Amino acid sequence: MRGPQDYDDIPGTTVFDAERSRQGYWLNQFCMSLMNAANRSAFKADEAGYLNNWAMTREQRQAVLDRDWNRMIKLGGNIYFLAKIFSSDGKSFQHVAAIMTDSTQEAYAQMMIAGGRPAAGNRYQSEWDAKRTTDPKAGR
Amino acid sequence: MAHIFAGLSTSHVPAIGAAIDLGKTTQAYWQPLFAGYEFAKEWIKEARPDVVILIYNDHASAFSLELIPTFALGCAAEFPSADEGWGPRPVPVVKGHPELAAHLAQSLILDEFDLTIVNKMDVDHGLTVPLSLVYGQPREWPCRVIPLAVNVIQYPPPTGNRCLKLGKAIRRAVESYPEDLRVMVFGTGGMSHQLQGPRAGLINKEFDNRFMDFVIDAPEKAAAIKPVEYLREAGSEGIELVMWLIMRGALHERVRCIKRFYHVPASNTAVGHLILENEGKA
Repeated sequence: MRGPQDYDDIPGTTVFDAERSRQGYWLNQFCMSLMNAANRSAFKADEAGYLNNWAMTREQRQAVLDRDWNRMIKLGGNIYFLAKIFSSDGKSFQHVAAIMTDSTQEAYAQMMIAGGRPAAGNRYQSEWDAKRTTDPKAGR
Repeated sequence: MAHIFAGLSTSHVPAIGAAIDLGKTTQAYWQPLFAGYEFAKEWIKEARPDVVILIYNDHASAFSLELIPTFALGCAAEFPSADEGWGPRPVPVVKGHPELAAHLAQSLILDEFDLTIVNKMDVDHGLTVPLSLVYGQPREWPCRVIPLAVNVIQYPPPTGNRCLKLGKAIRRAVESYPEDLRVMVFGTGGMSHQLQGPRAGLINKEFDNRFMDFVIDAPEKAAAIKPVEYLREAGSEGIELVMWLIMRGALHERVRCIKRFYHVPASNTAVGHLILENEGKA
């Protein structure tokens, strides 16, 4: 069981702590298996079947099949491990970043060139909640 | 006697390695970044360290979740370039310095830093990108390299304070090694970046520049930054910056900053780079 942590109020951020590492152990170890070319082929040939070989939860398997990156992170996935999935898919990090941030790849890339997402207004969950009351897409 | 004469810090973004390997360094997007490392490439030709102790982190390449060492010291004779999913980077094999590494392991553990000793390890972009930035594309790396891998993937990484103290212990260890060796320490990683979730893309120039000020002139202030402050201010992956403090701790209390560079972005990351030379006796 995980008690409250001082980083829980950082918006849009899931800290990969010891408890999440425990929760995501097999999800992340599945990702590691994709470092091997034969495993990548087996996964691509039958994703659901391949995932059944791993002691992951049903929710974790479904999130992988859906390529729901934020969901995988919530379920204990770590981005450096999840990178093995999108690399196997032939996708770039910015493709995935656009999905995670509910943006487009072009808009995300442009944001980075323009200096990135500023810290101002993005430090506390309360700042995002305040923005959402006026614009549901704000703070993303 | 061996001695540490200078330290260097730099980000180790994988896309920088890809830009070098694919010959894109003169493209408009990359040119301003690589211009910031021209000084280091000239300077290192004169400085000629015999050994670089290279502080970096593995990115789920050598270490999965089966084994998560907080500090792992590479004691092998050679470290191959890791296959991170698209083939190993086309860089020379990294040659270690097993004798100095063995001495470091013994000295540091007796100095109460209980490192993990690694005798077989592939090294990923975290280690090879800094070497490429400083040495370009040689047929052999011109120095020996002792990798020191720090866990910054699973929270918490070691605190900044612990890292600064480890750096001081590394200096004591190097200075008790009988062979005459010119040693440098590279501290890599950072600067601000977040690669996960709806807040991905965070960059904090003010934090990064204050951090560089502290690293140069007030390392104890940098060491006092709490883990949650790195996460909040520099992004969930910006916490890699604690590794710069191992480099800083290995230097004298007073240093001369002979190069400072900051650039946004390289891919999703703010890039920072320092070269610090020792000043005075201690």
